[in-house]
Amino acid sequence: MENLLDGWGITLATFSPLVGVAIMLLIPGEREERHKVVALATSLWVAFIGVLLLLWFDMGETGRLQYVVDEMWIDVIRSRYLVGIDGMSLPLILLTMFIVPMCIIYSWNHFPEPRNPKAFLILILILETGMIGTFVAQDMVLFFVFFEIVLLPMFFMIAVWGGDDRRYASLKFFLFPLFGSALMLVSFLALFFLTGAESFAFTEVADNVLAHGVSRTAQLWIFGGMFLGFGIKVPMFPFHTWLPDAHTQAPTVGSVILAAVLLKLGTYGFIRIAIPLLPEAAVEWAPWIGLLAVVGIIYGALGCLAQTDVKRLIAFSSVAHMGFVMLGIATLTDFGINASIMGMVAHGLITGMLFFLAGSMKDRYHTLEISRLGGLLVQAPRMGWIFGICVMASLGLPGLAGFWGEFLAILSSYSPANGLPVETFRTFMVVAAVGTVLAAGYLLWLLQRVAFGNPPEEFADNPEIVDVTRHEWMAWAPILALIVAIGVYPNLVFRVTDGAVDASLNDCLQVNTAELTDAEAEALGCAAVYEVGSGGGHDDHAAAGN
Amino acid sequence: MTLIDIVFLERARPITAAVAGLGLLATAIPLLTLALDGSDRVMFGGAYVVDEFALVMKAIFILAGYVVILLSTNYVAEGEYWENEYYGLLLASLMGMVMMASSRDLVSLFVALELLSIPAYLMVAWRKRDIRSTEAGLKYYLMGVFASAVMLYGMSLLFGVSGSTLLTDINSVVTAGGASVSVVTLGIVFVVAGFGFKVSAAPFHTWAPDVYQGAPTPVTAFLSVASKAAGFVALLALVFVGFYGRPEVWEPLVWTLAAVSMTVGNLIALRQTNIVRMMAYSGVAQTGFMIAPLAVAGHSTALGDQALSATVTYLAIYAAMNLGAFAVIISLARRTGSAEMSSFAGAFRYAPAMTVAMTIFLGSLAGIPPLGGWFAKFEVFRVLTSSGDTWGYALAVVAAVNAVIALYYYASVLLRMWADEAPDEGVADVTLTPSLLSALVICGGVTLVFGVLPQVVARFTDVSLLALGG
Repeated sequence: MENLLDGWGITLATFSPLVGVAIMLLIPGEREERHKVVALATSLWVAFIGVLLLLWFDMGETGRLQYVVDEMWIDVIRSRYLVGIDGMSLPLILLTMFIVPMCIIYSWNHFPEPRNPKAFLILILILETGMIGTFVAQDMVLFFVFFEIVLLPMFFMIAVWGGDDRRYASLKFFLFPLFGSALMLVSFLALFFLTGAESFAFTEVADNVLAHGVSRTAQLWIFGGMFLGFGIKVPMFPFHTWLPDAHTQAPTVGSVILAAVLLKLGTYGFIRIAIPLLPEAAVEWAPWIGLLAVVGIIYGALGCLAQTDVKRLIAFSSVAHMGFVMLGIATLTDFGINASIMGMVAHGLITGMLFFLAGSMKDRYHTLEISRLGGLLVQAPRMGWIFGICVMASLGLPGLAGFWGEFLAILSSYSPANGLPVETFRTFMVVAAVGTVLAAGYLLWLLQRVAFGNPPEEFADNPEIVDVTRHEWMAWAPILALIVAIGVYPNLVFRVTDGAVDASLNDCLQVNTAELTDAEAEALGCAAVYEVGSGGGHDDHAAAGN
Repeated sequence: MTLIDIVFLERARPITAAVAGLGLLATAIPLLTLALDGSDRVMFGGAYVVDEFALVMKAIFILAGYVVILLSTNYVAEGEYWENEYYGLLLASLMGMVMMASSRDLVSLFVALELLSIPAYLMVAWRKRDIRSTEAGLKYYLMGVFASAVMLYGMSLLFGVSGSTLLTDINSVVTAGGASVSVVTLGIVFVVAGFGFKVSAAPFHTWAPDVYQGAPTPVTAFLSVASKAAGFVALLALVFVGFYGRPEVWEPLVWTLAAVSMTVGNLIALRQTNIVRMMAYSGVAQTGFMIAPLAVAGHSTALGDQALSATVTYLAIYAAMNLGAFAVIISLARRTGSAEMSSFAGAFRYAPAMTVAMTIFLGSLAGIPPLGGWFAKFEVFRVLTSSGDTWGYALAVVAAVNAVIALYYYASVLLRMWADEAPDEGVADVTLTPSLLSALVICGGVTLVFGVLPQVVARFTDVSLLALGG
C-alpha cells in the first residue's frame, strides 16, 4: 500500500513538539498570545499527523510493526534508532496526541501562578515528545531515554506551578520513578549481555532469550528489576505513595497529563517489554503482580474513603484503577491484556477529565475540601452534570468507557494463562469485584457531597462560581464524546489492540491445554513453567471443573 | 616532536588572559596534527608515549584549561589579585597534566604530578587576604605532600622488586609473580592510594570540601575537573600498563574505592548548604562512578578496553558538565556574592537563562537523558554488567541506588532556583560577561551534543592501553 508516512511519519510526530519549543524560545516571554498560538498549533499539527497515522495504519495486520524506521544511533553500544507502531502502542499514542492539545486549550486563560505561559507551554511540549517517543521506541536504550525525558518537565511543572507543598511532592515524584528506572536499566543491560544479542531491539532480544536459554534465576532477577522500574511508575501498591502527593500538588494540567499518559508508561512497559521478553519469569511473577494489583484495588478504594480533598481522592482512585489494569496484565492472557489496554485508555480519559473538573472547581471555590463544597448542580448545573457523568464513567457504569476495562479485567482473571494458579486468580477476581463495589461507594459519596444539596453559605452568593466557560467546553467536549463513544462501541479500541497483543504473547501461554494431546504438547516444546503437557494441563482442567 | 605541546605552553606564558587562552588553543594544533598522523610515538625508552589515549586526554586537559581561563578572566581581574602570575601558574599546572597524559614511567609520572600540583597549591591560596583561602591552601598543600610521600614509598617498593621504573617492565615482573607478593601488593596499594587522593576518592577525599570552598571558584572548577582528570590519567596508566597482570590485587581495592566514594560522597552531599561544598562531595561521588568500571577491568582484555573507554568517556563528559555548573555558580555568585544555596533561591525569576543552563548541567550530572551524563553513566553500567559476575552486578546496583541519592541533592538545588521566591532586596540583573557566556555555550553545547549523539564522544574515547602494556 502506498503510504506517505512510511519512514518519517513517526519521527515527525515525535520531534515536532521540539520544533515548536525552538520557535517559542525565539519569541520573547511577554508576547503571551503568540506563545499560546504556537504551542496550540504545534500540538494540533502533531494530532493531525496522529490522525494520518491512524488512517494509513494497516488494520489487517495490527500485530506487525508499521511505519518502521531503523537507523544506527550509537554504534559503540549497538543501540539503534528503531521506532514503529503496532496495535498495542497506537491507542496510547493517539491518547497522548489527543490529550495534549486539550490541555493547552484548557490552560488558555487558566495559567496557574506564577503564570509564565512560555515556560509552562514549553514544558508541555517537551513532555509530549518524551511520551510519544516512549510509545514508539522499539529499542531498549531508546525506550529508556524517552522514558526518562518525561521526568524533568513534569518535575518542574510540579515544582514551579504546584500547590503549597510542591517541593516535597516534586522531589518525591522525581526520586521514586528514577530509582526504579536505574534498576530497570541495569536489567536491560544484563539481559542484553546474557542473551548475547546483536542490538537492543525488543524483538531481537526476545528471540535470543528463547534461543540462548538464559538461566531461570537470572530471568527472575531481571524481571524483578523491570518490575521495580515499571511498577513504581504505574504505580503499584506499595510504591504508590508518590502519586497522591504529586497529583494533589501538581497544577491542573500537570495532573491531567500525569493521570492520562505518564502512568501508562509503566503499564505499557510491562506489556511491551517485560512480558514478551521474559515470558517464563512473567509466569512466576504473575501471581505476585496479581496480588499487589488487588491489594492496590482495595487499598486505593479504602484510601479514597478516608480522603477529605477532591484531588487526593481522585489520585487514590487512580491507584485502584491501575490495580485493575495490572490485574488484567497479570493474567498474561490475550483477553486480560486487551482489557488492560482498554483500561489504560479509559482511565486516561476519565481520570484526566476528573482532574480537569477538580481544577476548575478549585478556580471557582479556591478550595477542594469536600466538607466545604456542595450544591455544584445548583450553582453550575452543566458542570455538575459533567462531573456526574465522569464519576459514573469512573465507577464503571456500562455504556461509558470505564466499564470495559474493569469488567473485562475481572472476567479475564477467571481463567489465567497456562502455568498460573487458577484458584488464586479466581480469589483475586472476587476481591477485585468487591473493589468495584467500594469504588461505587466512594465515587457516589464524592458526587453526593460535592454536587447535591444546597450551596454552603460561604459560597452561596459568590459571583466567581460560574458555569462551564467556553475554553472549558472546547477542551472537555471532545474528551466526553470519546468516553461515550468507547463506552458504546468498545471495538474502537479492541479492534486495534487484539492482533498486537496476541502476537506479543508467547504461544505456550495461550495454547488450550484441554484440547491438546500429550504428543502435541510435547511438540510445542514449552518449558515446564507453563505446565503444558506432562500432567500440568490436567490440573488446570480439574480446577476448571470445580 | 612530542614536546611541542610544552614548547607552545612556554611560549604562551602570557601577560593577559586572552594570550593565555589563545596560546592554549594554539597548543591544540600540534595535537590535531598528531591525531591525524595516527601513529604512536615513543620517547625516552618508553617513558614518554604519545598514543591515542594520551592525545584524547591532552585534548580534554587543554579544552578544560581553556574554559577555566574563560571562567577566571573577570574573577581574577576584578579581585585585584596578581593576574599575570595566576595565568602563569595555571599554564604550568596544565603543562604538568599534558605531560602526565603521556607518562608511562614512575619517575615521569611523579614529576608530572608535582608539576601540576605545586602551582595548584599556590592558586588555591590566591585570595591571600581571605583566611579561608589561606587555610585551604595550607590544607591542600599538607595533604598533597602527605599523599605524594605515600605514593613515593609505594613507587620505591615497586622499583625495588622490579628494578625498573618503566611501567611495562613493572608489569612483566608483577605478572610473573616471582617477587614477594606482599611487597608488590603494598606497592600497588600505596600508589593507588596516593592517586586516590588526587582524584578525591573516598576515603582520601577529606581535603576536597574545605579546599573547594576556600579556593577562588575558578580554581575550584580547575581542581574538580582538570586536576581530577590528571589523577585519573595516572591511575589508568598505572592500572592498565603497570599492574594489569595482577587484577586480584587492584580489583577489590578499586571496587571498594568506587563503592565507598559513591556512597560517602552522596550521603554527605545531602547535608550541604553551600553549593561549592555540595559540588565537592558530588565530585567525590562522581569519582566513584568513574573508577567503577576499573573494578572489573581485569577480567579480560576486551573488558579492560571497554572499561578504559568508559572511564575516559565519563571524564570527557564530566569535564563539560562540571565546568558548566561552575560557570553558572560563578556567574550567579557575581550577583549574590555568596555561594550559599539559599542565595540561589528564585533564580528562575531574575535569571531564567542561567537557571535553564544550571538545569542542563545538574540534570546531566544526575544522568537524566538526553543530557550528556546519561551516556557516561550508561557506559559504566554497561561495563559492570557485561562482566557477568556477581561483583560487577553488585557494584552496578550500588551505582544505581547512588544515582538516585545524587538526584536528590541536584534536584534540591534546582528546586530552590525554580520554585522559591527570590529575595526582594538586592535584585539586580545578572550581567554575563562575554567570557563567561562563551564558557557556558561551550559546556552546554558539548553536554547536549554528547547526550543526543553519544557516538560523537564515543568515537574519540574508544582507546586502548592494553596493546601497549602487552
